[in-house]
Amino acid sequence: MKLDAKIPEGPLAEKWSKHKFNLKLVNPANKRKYDIIVVGTGLAGASAAASLAELGYNVKAFCFQDSPRRAHSIAAQGGINAAKNYRNDGDSVFRLFYDTIKGGDYRAREANVYRLAEVSVNIIDQCVAQGVPFAREYGGLLDNRSFGGAQVSRTFYARGQTGQQLLLGAYSALNRQINEGKVKMYTRSEMLDLVVVDGKAQGIVTRNLVNGKIETHAAHAVLLCTGGYGNVFYLSTNAMGSNVTAAWRAHKRGAFFGNPCYTQIHPTCIPVTGDHQSKLTLMSESLRNDGRVWVPKTVDLSQKLRNGEIKAKDIKEEDRDYFLERKYPSFGNLVPRDVASRNAKQVCDEGRGVGKSGLAVFLDFSDSINRLGKDTVAAKYGNLFDMYYQITDENPYEQPMRIYPAVHYTMGGLWVDYNLMTSVPGLYALGEANFSDHGANRLGASALMQGLADGYFVIPYTVGDYLATIGPAPVNTNHPAFEQTRKEVEDNVKTLLSLKGNKTVDEYHRDLGKIMWEYCGMSRSEEGLKKAKKLISDLREDFWKNAIVLGENEEVNQSLEKAGRVADFLELGELMVDDALNRNESCGGHFREEYQTPEGEALRNDDDYAYVAAWEYKGKNQPEELHKEELVFENVKLTQRSYK
Amino acid sequence: MNLTLKVWRQKNSQTPGKFVTYKAEEISPDMSFLEMLDVVNEKLVKTQEDPIQFDHDCREGICGMCSLMINGEPHGPKRATTTCQLHMRSFNDGETIVIEPWRAAAFPVVKDLAVDRGAFDRIQQAGGYVSVGTGGVPDANEILIPKTIADEAFNSATCIGCGACVAACKNASAMLFVSAKVSQYAMLPQGQTERYERAKAMVSQMDDEGFGSCTNTYACEAQCPKEIKVTNIARMNREYFNAEFIKG
Amino acid sequence: MSNFSKTFSSTLGKKLIMCLTGLFLCSFLIIHLIGNFQLFKDDAGLAFNEYAYFMTNFPPIKVVSYLLYLSILVHTIWAIMLTQKNKAARPISYAKKGGNGSIWSSRNMGILGTMIFVFIAVHMSNFWYNYHWGTTPYVEYRTDLNTGITQVKELSETEFTGHVSYVENGVQIIKAKDLYKAVAFSFQQLWIVALYVAAMAALAFHLLHGFQSAFQTLGWNHSKYKPLINFLGVWVFSVLIPIGFAAMPLYFFFK
Repeated sequence: MKLDAKIPEGPLAEKWSKHKFNLKLVNPANKRKYDIIVVGTGLAGASAAASLAELGYNVKAFCFQDSPRRAHSIAAQGGINAAKNYRNDGDSVFRLFYDTIKGGDYRAREANVYRLAEVSVNIIDQCVAQGVPFAREYGGLLDNRSFGGAQVSRTFYARGQTGQQLLLGAYSALNRQINEGKVKMYTRSEMLDLVVVDGKAQGIVTRNLVNGKIETHAAHAVLLCTGGYGNVFYLSTNAMGSNVTAAWRAHKRGAFFGNPCYTQIHPTCIPVTGDHQSKLTLMSESLRNDGRVWVPKTVDLSQKLRNGEIKAKDIKEEDRDYFLERKYPSFGNLVPRDVASRNAKQVCDEGRGVGKSGLAVFLDFSDSINRLGKDTVAAKYGNLFDMYYQITDENPYEQPMRIYPAVHYTMGGLWVDYNLMTSVPGLYALGEANFSDHGANRLGASALMQGLADGYFVIPYTVGDYLATIGPAPVNTNHPAFEQTRKEVEDNVKTLLSLKGNKTVDEYHRDLGKIMWEYCGMSRSEEGLKKAKKLISDLREDFWKNAIVLGENEEVNQSLEKAGRVADFLELGELMVDDALNRNESCGGHFREEYQTPEGEALRNDDDYAYVAAWEYKGKNQPEELHKEELVFENVKLTQRSYK
Repeated sequence: MNLTLKVWRQKNSQTPGKFVTYKAEEISPDMSFLEMLDVVNEKLVKTQEDPIQFDHDCREGICGMCSLMINGEPHGPKRATTTCQLHMRSFNDGETIVIEPWRAAAFPVVKDLAVDRGAFDRIQQAGGYVSVGTGGVPDANEILIPKTIADEAFNSATCIGCGACVAACKNASAMLFVSAKVSQYAMLPQGQTERYERAKAMVSQMDDEGFGSCTNTYACEAQCPKEIKVTNIARMNREYFNAEFIKG
Repeated sequence: MSNFSKTFSSTLGKKLIMCLTGLFLCSFLIIHLIGNFQLFKDDAGLAFNEYAYFMTNFPPIKVVSYLLYLSILVHTIWAIMLTQKNKAARPISYAKKGGNGSIWSSRNMGILGTMIFVFIAVHMSNFWYNYHWGTTPYVEYRTDLNTGITQVKELSETEFTGHVSYVENGVQIIKAKDLYKAVAFSFQQLWIVALYVAAMAALAFHLLHGFQSAFQTLGWNHSKYKPLINFLGVWVFSVLIPIGFAAMPLYFFFK
């Protein structure tokens, strides 16, 4: 099968407008004859469900949580980018496009990224109209800040809770449609499979998490807005429930998986305290605007710190290594996430890390407190400081914070074309669930932008084109594929419930996470990856023999839920390793030790790897087939990313 | 540290529940309360016992999914803190901790400590929105909002919908939750067109769900992990009476 | 009208009824206290008995007094209705009660209210019922308008022909029901004094929460005025007024 990205012809700036005009429309009177399934109710899912229902389609929306408002988009802190240029500081759609492409290390599609930048301005308008309380200035206008290393102030924010406020905005739009009967909401429901009829996605199979009922739902199109798969690492900043199951099962039904090895490791997280750790907590990287990152210059000093013989303040200025400022004088502490993370790992690997485990670096606010005063610093970061204090029991006003990188976001995801359709006709992937816009590294404040762009402003146009093509005839639910898929799901559940071994599912998950973090995390090598592949495959085999899954299907059964999700992670993990092995270059979040510049920076190979790796599932325990979508760059010049 | 837990176990909403005592051993003070329960659960699974069900997701104190009445206090003894952000250093070695679900007729138990808070969603669906469709809205900076009002509206908007207010209230009243949303839109210019209809619709849905009435004990404010103020309730009352007697 | 009945049957509507009747009763307390200060006058009850007659016979005040009785009933009945609804909202209570950040009185308005209601029942049957339909002694005051000296004489039931006040030969003659004496007699009994003092303590706590709570229900919670309302609620309604009332039985008991 040949991948067709369906990128429209013409100049970059006109592609989307032209494309919108060329897309087929569904007659307003016919819209109510179409059913659309939306899985997931985060920014992408809630905005898509609401917008499609407003157009007149019948929408069925699903989430595994107890309410659509719990989706993990809610945890995003920093902000959302938009090329509004309200600051008169030289921002433009093209600059946002350029920064995003460059930030993604030239591994994203130009056309998609440009469209993202283009609709970013509409998102802010939309959210403000919904009553999202963005930060404002005294004149009543919207406030902006510079974020994640951007040279312009284009980030709109709502204290440290931008994700929450945006999600509540989308949730309110969704609620309005539920109230009007255009959206039927299914909470505590988990999608367990995709129903493909005659090559088209026409429904899903779900499990009701309260009573265990396995149900089929039919529709003309299925939208997966199910987020990322960072929890394959066990420890990540994702929510406990975040999982890959919906996307992975769709993958097994024919949807290609794009760039699975691109994972983002966020530099400013609270370090791990012990084996009991269930998740990692991120602190907004806006902290790096005023905090300075450092470690002791010598291993000896660092040892003393770890043993508690000295405190951070005992280390003299000349004995501190502000390594980001030293190596990147122009960007300093504000280098992009992948660079900041990798450097933190480097100094820790050298033995200069701090904290009991030695796996942390300092983020020091004493200079800012001296310069701006404690009150100003508190006004800016008070809630983050409180959070840090609460978790670590250390007061960041008095001693430097300890931070360490953690898995945060997955740029990879289901492969989609320009219309956000996967390789299965009628199946779409939106938001973090798709691979499309961030290339190999995502810039700060861009995830919210992409989720809402896909849901509010892209899918309402592109899904119509497909629906108009297939026509409004009702989906035939009597087709044997429905019953067949349901049966397969039931069998899978039965198999899981029959596992009565001696190792808990969480233990498998933790083991998998350790393998992934060690060999497929911040830096990767051929040797390590090969080792990981074997380890994962052994672990998976062991899982299907020795895992403990308790209880029965017809009840609330967390043991069963977790087992299904971990089983999928155990398969995905191996694909990520395959992808990382295939990509013999370093780019963005993917750093291969064999491919680096003499200064230790990521070394891309544009001649051989300027493509999207889209993997096709070929059956149980079969190697997946790689499809390449060549990336064509007509509007930007590929350069070595430099933040020096 | 070693602790004794008295945990409410209930198979589902139809079956009556009871307290069961568990030992939580070798607990680190650095664990969060939920991580402590994870440890207990993992032990239960190892011995083929049904693990304790509780709602949780983000574990960052923002999604509002975690709950738990811990020693008679929603989200435990620490103020302005959700259960997932509560750490075991807030407890003493050897302590007995009683863990119960939120208790309210409007929040039926799903299993053990997890309850169904669908009533909150239905209240929001009744009117907790500004009726704007996607597209066709004015430029964001055409709507001027004084900073003080924006900040005040934001304070109301920080509600995470966890239900601690209902759990804390001796009447299981949902007034703090409902009023936070009514207030947010009542203060912002975007919410003006529908402000009175909204107050009426949301209050009416709140009543239908079977929540109790507010007797102004202000326990909700004291126990709210996001410190939502009871001034919101006063504002909602104003909105509602205005809607019913003057503007309606 | 159906619209109004719908409004008042909502929880907020019911709360509004509680709040308005409560505030009305608060305003009555002030009048009642000021009037009853006549008890402290050393005039053998002349001023007090005149005041009692005025309060029970001046038509506008009569109307208000019936409103008052109605308010007490409505306040009580609605409280019971709301309490039932509130109890139904939490069918299973918590096994362990924790400190929950609210003040004691706010959580026990029902108990306090019941105590006050019992008190009102005793109080009204003692004085209000007896004054109107029961056995109250009668009294005649003869005041020499030149000297200002008053002579007091008890009247028998047959001597009393109704409340009169007239001047004859420079002497003002007032014949009245002697409620003052009834009060003084009642307040000699320990159990009544104890009941009154206890009831006033209950009233103090009831109003400590109730007064400011009424304003919250009305929606009058403003950072500028809230301190004033709290000040009035605490110092006037839950300190001064209950102490003022409690002073009366104590005054007669220890006199």
